[in-house]
Amino acid sequence: MTDQEALHTYALRLADDLLILSHRLGEWCGHGPVLEEDIALTNRALDHLGEARNLLTYAGQVEGKGRDEDDLAYLRKEREYLNVKLVEQENGDYAHTIARSFLFDAYHLPLMEAMLKSKDEQLAAIAGKAVKEATYHLRHSSDWMIRFGDGTDESHQRAQRALNELWTFTGELFVSDEVTSKLVEMGVAPDLGAVKAAFDRTVNEVLAEATLSRPEDGYMATGGRQGMHTERMGFILTEMQYMQRAYPGAEW
Amino acid sequence: MSKEKDNWPLWEVFIQSKRGLEHKHVGSLHAADPRMAIENARDVYTRRQEGNSIWVVLAEHMHASRPEDAESFYDPADDKVYRHPTFYTMPEGAKYI
Repeated sequence: MTDQEALHTYALRLADDLLILSHRLGEWCGHGPVLEEDIALTNRALDHLGEARNLLTYAGQVEGKGRDEDDLAYLRKEREYLNVKLVEQENGDYAHTIARSFLFDAYHLPLMEAMLKSKDEQLAAIAGKAVKEATYHLRHSSDWMIRFGDGTDESHQRAQRALNELWTFTGELFVSDEVTSKLVEMGVAPDLGAVKAAFDRTVNEVLAEATLSRPEDGYMATGGRQGMHTERMGFILTEMQYMQRAYPGAEW
Repeated sequence: MSKEKDNWPLWEVFIQSKRGLEHKHVGSLHAADPRMAIENARDVYTRRQEGNSIWVVLAEHMHASRPEDAESFYDPADDKVYRHPTFYTMPEGAKYI
């Protein structure tokens, strides 16, 4: 694997996490539990999408085969998407949606903070913009975890159930492989060990305040980073790619 | 959830568009407490760079004059033009008043 291939793959992984999570959050548009949250979630979906666009554009440039952000977002096949399985999980109830975002935010913020020091100028610049947004995202999802956990019996139960269901997907966020080790060595990608330590701190603090218990680390699902997804991914792509597949090259 | 949601109090939102300017009333929203009210205000009312400071006040703590008092409150000012600085002529030669 060349440096260029590693960087391309890495940028795609970062982008696909955000692209798919953005799509999931977008599904709430018009269905939020209250108007204010409806807007908060779609704001956040657009933040993720904006960051994904920058990363996809960069991934296309690094690849050097003339693919732009749209080609990468809409015209790849399922096995070519490199997002973690966490972000493709269904919205479920609001506690489930919030828990999914909380776990992602607790990983994404320290990742972006560490990436500010990347030797790759483009990634450092993307992180510069992302850190501010991610700080707010984590604040929003943490607040809701605490409200649910420390709220009524029912909200507590729902939040705990969501955590238990999603926990198996958190391990994949921190798996190193040939791509990450190469880029960490080059000073381009942050070391995932440090990100994991920050993730643990955030999760422990917030769950303690929320009176929720941290699930035991058991079997951890992996494979998303290699393009092996859960059965939910196909449904997402069917909807997301429909316009470009039905009307190739359509613009508006 | 829907029962809880119905219990969320109403908040009035004031946004300052630039440092030094006044906070202007922009609308209202529902939230469980001040922290949530400010976050909701951020998401609902500052998405297009409208502001850099937010105040929220419980709507029940706002008090307003009554429409039926309008005549006695405001009409008496109609014929008191001398309350406007423009009523007075500037003395000749005075540059700064």
